[in-house]
Amino acid sequence: MVGEALNARDEILARLRTALADAPPPVEVPRRYRRAAEPADRVEILVDRLEDYQAAVHRDRDALPRILAEVDRLAVPADVPAAWLAGFDGQLHRDAPPLPLAELDSVDAVLTGCAVAIADTGTIVLDAGPTQGRRALTLVPDRHICVVRTDQIVGLVPEAFARLDPRAPLTWISGPSATSDIELNRVEGVHGPRRLEVVLLTPEAAG
Amino acid sequence: MSQRATPPHGGGRITAPLPFPTAARPEVADSQLRANLRRATRTIRGKRQRVVDEVPDWAALRDAGAAIKADVQRRLPELLERFEAAATAAGARVHWARDAAEACRVVVELSRAAGATEVVKVKSMATQEIELNEALAESGIAAYETDLAELIVQLGDDTPSHILVPAIHYNRAQIREIFRRRMADAPPELSDEPRELAEAARTHLRRRFLSAKVAVSGANFAVADTGTLVVVESEGNGRMCLTLPQTLISVVGVEKIVPSFADLEVFLQLLPRSSTGERMNPYTSMWTGVTPGDGPQEVHIVLVDNGRSAVLADPVGRQALSCIRCSACLNVCPVYERAGGHAYGSVYPGPIGAILSPQLTGVADNASLPYASTLCGACYDACPVKINIPEVLIHLRQQAPHPAAERATMRGLSWIMRNPRRYAAALRAARLGTGPLGTSRQRRTGARTLRWLPWPGSAWTQSRDAPLPAPQTFREWWEKR
Repeated sequence: MVGEALNARDEILARLRTALADAPPPVEVPRRYRRAAEPADRVEILVDRLEDYQAAVHRDRDALPRILAEVDRLAVPADVPAAWLAGFDGQLHRDAPPLPLAELDSVDAVLTGCAVAIADTGTIVLDAGPTQGRRALTLVPDRHICVVRTDQIVGLVPEAFARLDPRAPLTWISGPSATSDIELNRVEGVHGPRRLEVVLLTPEAAG
Repeated sequence: MSQRATPPHGGGRITAPLPFPTAARPEVADSQLRANLRRATRTIRGKRQRVVDEVPDWAALRDAGAAIKADVQRRLPELLERFEAAATAAGARVHWARDAAEACRVVVELSRAAGATEVVKVKSMATQEIELNEALAESGIAAYETDLAELIVQLGDDTPSHILVPAIHYNRAQIREIFRRRMADAPPELSDEPRELAEAARTHLRRRFLSAKVAVSGANFAVADTGTLVVVESEGNGRMCLTLPQTLISVVGVEKIVPSFADLEVFLQLLPRSSTGERMNPYTSMWTGVTPGDGPQEVHIVLVDNGRSAVLADPVGRQALSCIRCSACLNVCPVYERAGGHAYGSVYPGPIGAILSPQLTGVADNASLPYASTLCGACYDACPVKINIPEVLIHLRQQAPHPAAERATMRGLSWIMRNPRRYAAALRAARLGTGPLGTSRQRRTGARTLRWLPWPGSAWTQSRDAPLPAPQTFREWWEKR
């Protein structure tokens, strides 16, 4: 090391190796926590948790056309299933080519699907895969309408990780945007979509 | 004392400028502050307990979380190299910083290279620690905090007082006043309804989000196998910063590593429930390098040491590096609840701060912090990764400088107690010496303690009673049976 300045990387790694000179023994990680839940009432638990965090949940077959009837300007990913838009007669803003931010900021709502939903925590996970589009699409509009197929629902957090690929950009959503920064009370509605509406469909109905 | 060199300590906003008792005195006397803290910590304690109680395998999750972190510490150099390789392969650029100043320099250079005169920021303890906002300002770059509580603190020219809720020391009326005075576009009729305050922040930051070129974030976790970074948040300001700007710079402490993507399944259950008392926080973002056509196309990661290698060098103290910054220990701490975060003088307040700050800076520079505790142990029970905070506090107290008289006394006591005959003789002498005092006080009040001792014992009895020797020891009683 004499006469030669180490770069930051090598110096930090050398420091860390010095710090471990006592050679701590190997650690066995006990994984006794639940990796999977009983399949029973996933849908009921998901609905309960979503509603607890102020997301609106719709479960009937006509929910989608009914919700879209009150939307004028709707943003959708390029690959939105045609069946979801049946009867929609407002302005459609398809994200292909990518919509400018100002236009995304001016629509009334965005309609997407999701990758996985977790019942235990009331969480919807987006992975920029089919029917979801890029991340900005579900972020800038003030209202997010999200279609969840019942076969996308898992029970627990570890089950969701088993289905996800870290190479995709992942967004986990649990209720609408909120803050606990004022006296530690939860208030809905800050920078993300202030309304989150979840439409539950069976795989057949989702097309 | 070991012969090998200890890695250098860190700098930044982690050294208490005043001893804890001095800094705490005015805070404890502030009845408004105490009311705000009492209310907020009570609320969050209740919420945390409810969502922890509904998880049947909480204990197993804690065991797993603690073990994963201990394993990471043991393999940190190798895991960091693996993280660097994976993140680089995914299109990120990885930078290393030995200390706070070097980390700031890297971020300033990267921001300049991106042509930014302003950056938007996601709440990050690491950037508070290295005093990044100040460094950016000195270089003519304005840093805008976008987390609501950070925004309140920044507008109020204040410093954070809590890890999770930096503005916990303000109530809603005080927040409205700060917005009215310092937020140019705040509506004049703004009330102190939390909903209206949040709306004001939304409007205030919206245009900035949509036009920002550079964002600066921290990270809650960094996955070694995949090069993935994770940011856990509530408001959506994090998603805005992590998604919309062209350039993203993330400042990450080297201890944030977890080995595999699946290890996150443990921490994403432990963190939200311990932190905000929610089953899951509203938004969590995970990204791996650059995704073409989606989000920032220039992704930088700055890995920061700043004293962490010195913490790692202490076999007892290194468990402090397991901290996932949930702040559950602050919320259950009787000392934090009364003194508040500013009394600790570091960005890391509360029980975890009392063991982390002195280790990052070296105990001599933060000698009062290991004493900012009653050793009640509530923090250990609440910690989701089972950091034995009381154990480390006692360990650090032993390293803190002690007055010569105290050291001499302890040496003397140690000599006496090493030998049973000397010990028995000393007890007899003590009983004789305190006898008249003790009996009269015991007759009067029934107490087996003394209220005050003459100097230098008075330093002890200033805040506690001194116990009297028992009239008969167990051995004496045993021999007489």
